[in-house]
Amino acid sequence: MAFWIVVGITMAGAAIAVFARNILYGVLGLAFALAGVAGLYLYLGSFFIAMMQLLIYVGAITIAIVFAIMLSRPLHLEMPKRNMPKVVLGCGASALVFVSLVAVAFKTKWVPAAERGTDWSVETIGHLLLTRYDLVFEVISLVLLVAIIGAILTAGYSRRLSS
Amino acid sequence: MNSLGTYLFVAAVLFSMGLLGVLLRRNLIGMLISVELMLNGANLNFMAFNRFLTPEPAVGQIFTLFVMGLAAAEAAIGLSIILALFRQMRSINVERAQQLRG
Repeated sequence: MAFWIVVGITMAGAAIAVFARNILYGVLGLAFALAGVAGLYLYLGSFFIAMMQLLIYVGAITIAIVFAIMLSRPLHLEMPKRNMPKVVLGCGASALVFVSLVAVAFKTKWVPAAERGTDWSVETIGHLLLTRYDLVFEVISLVLLVAIIGAILTAGYSRRLSS
Repeated sequence: MNSLGTYLFVAAVLFSMGLLGVLLRRNLIGMLISVELMLNGANLNFMAFNRFLTPEPAVGQIFTLFVMGLAAAEAAIGLSIILALFRQMRSINVERAQQLRG
């Protein structure tokens, strides 16, 4: 029962995030959906990833989006008329993707691996991160560093140019 | 209830909702929110396969961690670009941003 409540929170949050007119409600819906996904991770047996989801997504990304909204004030004032064929095409495209994804998910015969380990601990994750996935770990840190510098430069230079 | 199919279905819903948002919204921040939804759908897929199919349960969690790191970088860059665009054009509507085409 609680599982279906979590699934419902996720889907309702996603719907609010996509369809809300006011962008602040959209961010709120996104936070709901991300918290719901964190709950699903708990059901999938990974406490660590659920906490990371709460920390990184709900704690950091959502707050950053709220900051950006508050820095750029009159957001939803100007709304030109929607172009009806474009709306229909967009709905059709995403419905097509949804139907094909679900068809693939349910038509395929998923076979579990012959012998499956039971080692879910954080220790193993940390060990693998520093041994087998060493290079990827370092590259991710580099990407984050470049992203931070790039974000500062992009936001800072435009201020200097415009004022 | 706690089966692979359920998780795959939820992930597909999240992904196509995000795709719909990217295609439909004219607000750049709204598009960014939808991209986050799509990334979460992909992450949920990774974790579900990790739980039910793979031989080593730690690998899928590491993948999910990497995707989260990339999503954080993407959000930072995207938001700063949106801020720069807003300062330049006084608007974050995509159709106004077509002026960038020159």
